[in-house]
Amino acid sequence: MSEREVDEMKRLLKSAVKPVGDTEPRRDLWPGMLARMSQQEMKVPWWDWVLLVGASLALWFFPGMVPALLYHL
Amino acid sequence: MELLERFAAGDQEAFESLFRQYQGDVFRWVMRIVRNRGTAEDLTIETFWRAYRAHARFDPKTGHCAGWLRRIATNAALDYLRTAKREVPLEDQAIEEGKTQRRAEQAELQQKILAAMNTLTPKVRAVILLALIEEEPYAEIADALAISVNVVKVRVFRGVRALRKELEKAGIRP
Repeated sequence: MSEREVDEMKRLLKSAVKPVGDTEPRRDLWPGMLARMSQQEMKVPWWDWVLLVGASLALWFFPGMVPALLYHL
Repeated sequence: MELLERFAAGDQEAFESLFRQYQGDVFRWVMRIVRNRGTAEDLTIETFWRAYRAHARFDPKTGHCAGWLRRIATNAALDYLRTAKREVPLEDQAIEEGKTQRRAEQAELQQKILAAMNTLTPKVRAVILLALIEEEPYAEIADALAISVNVVKVRVFRGVRALRKELEKAGIRP
C-alpha cells in the first residue's frame, strides 16, 4: 500500500465526512461535572447495606443486644 | 503550591481550574472521534471524572496535564464506541437528500462510505478519523492512544485496506 493510495482514500473520506475542526461545547460543563461528583458521593457501597441488614436482623432476633449497643454508643 | 500539585493532592478548587482550562480541548478531541455534540459533552465529563478519581496517580512533575487528559479522553471515547458498536453518526454531516439528482447521488456515496467506516474496529476507526479526516499529526495520535507512531501508520494502512475492500464491494473505486 502506497502513500498515494492513502491520499486517495483521504480525499474520498473527506468528501463524505467533514472535519469537525475547532468547536466548543454549547454549554458550561462544570454544573454537569458537579452533578456527577455529588451523585457518586451519595452512592452507598453495597457492603454498608449488608452491614445494616445484618445489624437489624441481629437486633430483631436478639433484642437483649439493644441495651449493650446503646451503652457502647 | 502549583495548580497541578494541588490537583494531585486532591484540591477541588484546583480541579475546577483545570476543568475550566482544559474542557474545550478535551471536548474537541472527543468530538473528532465520536462526532456527536451531546455524546462529546457527556464524554468530556466522563473524562474529567476519571481524571478526578485518578488524581493521586497523576505526577505533577511531568507537567503534561493536557496529554494525560487526552489519553483518558481517548480511552473514554473508545469505550463508548466499543459498548454498542456505535456508528459514525450522520446528524452532523448536514446531508440534504433528494433536492437534486446530484445531491441524491452524493448522499448515497456518503451513506456507502459511512457504512464502510462502520465496519472498522473502534481503534482503527478512531485512527482513520483522526489521521485522514481531521489530519492530526501521527505523533499526537500516537501519544493519545499510548502507542508508537509506527503502530499508528500500521492502523492507517490496515484501515485504508479494509475500507478499499468494503467500498469495492459497494461498487466504489477510490
